[in-house]
Amino acid sequence: MTDKVLTANRLSDGISVWLDAAGTWNTSLQEAFVARHKEAVEALEATGKQAFADNKVVDVNVVDVEEVDGVLRPLRMRERIRAGGPTIPYAAGYAGLNATRSVVA
Amino acid sequence: MYRYDEFDHAFVNDRVAQFRDQVARRLSGELAEDAFKPLRLMNGVYLQLHAYMLRVAIPYGTLNSRQLRMLAHIARKYDRGYGHFTTRQNIQFNWPALSEIPDALADLASVEMHAIQTSGNCIRNVTADHFAGAAADEVADPRPYAEILRQWSSVHPEFSYLPRKFKIAVTGAERDRAAIQVHDIGLHLKKNDKGETGFAVYVGGGQGRTPMIAKKIRDFLPEEDLLSYTTAIVRVYNLHGRRDNKYKARIKILVHETGAEELARQVEVEFAELKNTELKLPDADIQAITSYFAPPALEPRAEGWANLAQWKKADSDFARWVHQNVQPHKHPDYGMVTISLKPIGGIPGDATDEQMEAVADIAEEYAFDEIRVSHEQNLILPHVALADLEPIYRALVATGLATANAGLITDIIACPGLDYCALANARSIPVAQEISNRFASADRQAEIGELKIKISGCINACGHHHVGHIGLLGVEKKGEELYQITLGGSGDENTSIGEIIGRGFEPEKVTDAIEVIVDTYLGLRLDQSENFLAAYRRVGPQPFKHALYGNAAAAA
Repeated sequence: MTDKVLTANRLSDGISVWLDAAGTWNTSLQEAFVARHKEAVEALEATGKQAFADNKVVDVNVVDVEEVDGVLRPLRMRERIRAGGPTIPYAAGYAGLNATRSVVA
Repeated sequence: MYRYDEFDHAFVNDRVAQFRDQVARRLSGELAEDAFKPLRLMNGVYLQLHAYMLRVAIPYGTLNSRQLRMLAHIARKYDRGYGHFTTRQNIQFNWPALSEIPDALADLASVEMHAIQTSGNCIRNVTADHFAGAAADEVADPRPYAEILRQWSSVHPEFSYLPRKFKIAVTGAERDRAAIQVHDIGLHLKKNDKGETGFAVYVGGGQGRTPMIAKKIRDFLPEEDLLSYTTAIVRVYNLHGRRDNKYKARIKILVHETGAEELARQVEVEFAELKNTELKLPDADIQAITSYFAPPALEPRAEGWANLAQWKKADSDFARWVHQNVQPHKHPDYGMVTISLKPIGGIPGDATDEQMEAVADIAEEYAFDEIRVSHEQNLILPHVALADLEPIYRALVATGLATANAGLITDIIACPGLDYCALANARSIPVAQEISNRFASADRQAEIGELKIKISGCINACGHHHVGHIGLLGVEKKGEELYQITLGGSGDENTSIGEIIGRGFEPEKVTDAIEVIVDTYLGLRLDQSENFLAAYRRVGPQPFKHALYGNAAAAA
């Protein structure tokens, strides 16, 4: 089975988040809890449904990831960009770029 | 420009208060997402990949300095210091927190701006020629009519839930700079033989997954009938447009399936009922709105001619910028300046808060306080004395906005693509950046001449790839990005949809492919006066296919 993580966007500011092992919504994919079997995925889905119903997050999805040298990497580019931020430098002070390059490449 | 009256102010402020309440109820959990989503979309708030996105309307692309400064303020206070000017003459902010958007909208309302109808299945921002009111080739200023349409379409009760979104564009010159033939309704403002003002009316154009060139259903519609005839069109669409399939719901599909002739007949039937109702535009009303758009008092500034010659002689970079980015104005002592938002290797359409402030300062000091946003994602100063070009250029250089590339190969249109957009399948911006870097040489760009590259990160075609002389469409194939190339598109008075040239290219190969296409053009053009589009229309796709794919593909 492909490893999976639970992701969403925070309701209040829309920022991308991933569910971590402590059950909190974390802004880093690398902190995400990885589901490696069917029951764990079902638990993720149930948690996501509840968090949506509780108005904590929106756009909740379970996404496929792989672990490469201890680093989580979503299989789809869309999710890699969600995790790393835009792949382009922006206005001075924007911090998303460096984090992204290593993830997207 | 148009100024809000008391009704407008009250309406927009009420809408901000209403949305503030809706956001508070959403954040408290009183409103569920399913109920809230259509409400936020009606106020221009999307959810993108990384955050919410706020799309602010810039009616027919016209701004004053105060408004542009407010956009800079929004970028600084509620976003991450920049904004993205779009192909619909609007601006998008990529990082606002939902909880702060009501405050941002209140700030916008203080300068007569809002985000209403920048999303949803309604009549969207009415766009117009970015040189309106200034262009030497203009018959009449299209903006008063765009404003009349804006007022008529704002929260129009009959047209708030159309089968799909609806876009209207207006031009007032023979040279179409508003791409009217790829809009749901395109209006070409003109005079008839008697000198009366009216419109040629085009219906059913659009891009997206099914690109269509609009059909002309009226040669000359008197201006007094603008609202009644437009109402007739939208009513027919609202009644018969498909609601069963969102991909077939635009009016272009209705026109295609019904036939332009039959659709025109149905419109005429509705129009006959509406023609002599309250929708008929009294001349006094047209004049009242037109007075808001009176051109500034342009004093003779004949000294500019000698100054300009001198400055150009002294500074070849300045001379190049004038040649490329300054267009003739109605008044011979003036010009229209294109401020390129396409720095070499930059992000098409992006401006930082400091750049917006700088442009606002320049417009206030030298350009009668007017700024336009073009659908090609640049800013325009429509009224500039030739005598003021040099200080303007210096100020633009200081803020990194003096790239002399208007209309050239690096003046690329690109949608936000997969770097931001939840709908995208592939990135657009990095592709634009790499092409821009490859063709960075000013001499090489000048040698190539006019060439419009347009890039979309998905089939929705926000990057207008269908009408690019060279169009690039990003798709996802087996989890990887791939770019399909189209050639021969154009969004002007001779609109054409680009033809797919062959199999797509991987990201690392697409810039090489563009270079092959450009070199092929340079090798076959008759002379430098034959631009890329003209050459393509003369020779067709085969030489380009051969250059890209070899003999087998060229023979196919």
